[in-house]
Amino acid sequence: MSKEIIKIQDLKREFTMGTETVHALKGISFSIQEGEFVTIMGSSGSGKSTMLNILGCLDQPTSGLYEIDGVSVKDLNRNQLATIRNEKIGFIFQSYNLLARTSAIENVELPLLYNSKITSEERRERAIKALEMVGLGERLHHTPSQLSGGQQQRVAIARSLVNNPVMILADEATGNLDTRTSYEIMSLFQELNRKGITITFVTHEPDIATFSSRTVVLKDGEIMQDYKNHNIQSAAEELAKLPKQDH
Amino acid sequence: MRVLNLLKIATKAIVLNKTRTLLTMLGIIIGVASVIAMLAIGEGSKESIRSTISAMGSNMITVRPGADDSGPARGSGGDVQTLVLEDYEKIKKDADLLNAITPVVNSGGQVINGSNNWPSSIYGVNPDYLSIKVVGLQSGSMFTDAEVKSASKVALIGQTVVDNVFPNGEEPVGQMIRFNNIPFKVIGVLEEKGENTFGQDQDDIVIAPFTTVQKRILAIDYLNQIMASAVSEDDAPAAVEQVTEILRAQHKLLDSEDDDFTVRSMEELISTFSSTSEMLTILLVAVASISLLIGGIGIMNIMYVSVKERTKEIGLRMAVGAKGADILMQFLIEAILISITGGVIGVLLGLGATVFIEEFLNWPTSVALYSIIISFAVCAITGIFFGWYPARKASALDPITALRYE
Repeated sequence: MSKEIIKIQDLKREFTMGTETVHALKGISFSIQEGEFVTIMGSSGSGKSTMLNILGCLDQPTSGLYEIDGVSVKDLNRNQLATIRNEKIGFIFQSYNLLARTSAIENVELPLLYNSKITSEERRERAIKALEMVGLGERLHHTPSQLSGGQQQRVAIARSLVNNPVMILADEATGNLDTRTSYEIMSLFQELNRKGITITFVTHEPDIATFSSRTVVLKDGEIMQDYKNHNIQSAAEELAKLPKQDH
Repeated sequence: MRVLNLLKIATKAIVLNKTRTLLTMLGIIIGVASVIAMLAIGEGSKESIRSTISAMGSNMITVRPGADDSGPARGSGGDVQTLVLEDYEKIKKDADLLNAITPVVNSGGQVINGSNNWPSSIYGVNPDYLSIKVVGLQSGSMFTDAEVKSASKVALIGQTVVDNVFPNGEEPVGQMIRFNNIPFKVIGVLEEKGENTFGQDQDDIVIAPFTTVQKRILAIDYLNQIMASAVSEDDAPAAVEQVTEILRAQHKLLDSEDDDFTVRSMEELISTFSSTSEMLTILLVAVASISLLIGGIGIMNIMYVSVKERTKEIGLRMAVGAKGADILMQFLIEAILISITGGVIGVLLGLGATVFIEEFLNWPTSVALYSIIISFAVCAITGIFFGWYPARKASALDPITALRYE
């Protein structure tokens, strides 16, 4: 396949709790190609969150190699990590993490505020484009309290897209949503993926994995399974199968 | 660009928490407003004292009989008879730092013109008096040295006396008035000077040759006072020294003996009054500064709460690429904005209070530019000082912990 976005080799992460050392990740290796839709699965304690933090450049490995878009993260300082997060990663969280009492467009602009290369006109333009991509072109000036959960998560997705990241990193992005809305969100992810956007989705819900192109299963800090999904379900079709709701 | 963005973020946070921000500012507002008002009152009274005294002649030196009356239980200077005409002549001859000198004898009494009468004071002086007191004439002319020598019964009167004994607007010059039943010919009217800070009417005065007052009104041969003026304001202290030396020699005082007279310059008088009002100002400003300090602590308190409350927001900002310095600047700018906005409101309120004090309480006030500049500087420093620690704390947060904070 094409370009390698993520390259991980023998990656270890240890935490010291008092006198004890906890091995959260015990030597993991995998890579993600451009255009993939990867779910990282695992129950709690599997090292999933640690993996997510490292993938998101919020944390650094104890040993081993982690490269994102050709940049080795291991020796970067706090500020350099912030720049990587700003330019290469789009975050999506379970609880949306939108700024309260702040309009959708301003929420989406947020990552670009920390990039001094972007002018305020370009910032506004890109934010509008991102909101249109997630189907919220009509709700630019709504604040989170005026939006439904699904719409809030769409704003968060637009925020993750606005900096043209090499990868979107979603953490239980459908965890707070009902089935219908989560299928809607998943179908949006699939749509974005079809446009060539690389997505890494961390979750513990097995049905989410059926919508992705590849699944990595973690257990006790090691990769238990890593398989391609040859029978990708369409979230849009699943959505259509759901019993009709009264509106 | 970057700072501009941060400024925008900080402004937004302030606008979103209007009530809280206003309450936080209140301490600063009250602090600044009171500092401005207190300083304005202090400056105002100082200035009015200074202008009153310089209107009396800032180079002026006075010699009074009797020792310095600042000690307890002394007789009033006027009762002591240690100052005589020879003292005046000796000083006039020997003191080269003086350019004008006059003996002074004074008495209270009744000014009478026909059926009109008015209680006033008569000052017996020589022609130098006008230049020493920096007073001109409205009309007529000053008496001459010859008229002093011959103890002529001529007088000049102030506007208040004119108003009261010539109520029908007649021209006073050339008329005859009586002071304590001694007839005087009015030869001039003094320029109007108004009230001084101590509320004395400076126009309620009659002046005449000192010889005339000494012989015909008081029947004394000593002087109540000697007034002189130094060559310049800077020479006044040296002139005081010189006069003191001359008088000690003249009075044949031993080294062990105290002066039996008191020499004062206006400068001393100014500093005596100023130091009192300065002390008061310092006291008032100290009290006001404490409220400014409390205002600052209020800011720190709110910034702490704000950082705690917005931990998750900080985590998010870091996740999308905010550096520690960005977070630090955001909170610091927020603190400074609060304190400076508070400062602006405080200055306006202080100026308002000053106008109120001037208009309704009739206290002299004067807003010094430096007090506004200092208030602003203090506000900015307060913001930086009390905003730094909470901002520093925010910037040092671990993004993972901050994101998970509930």
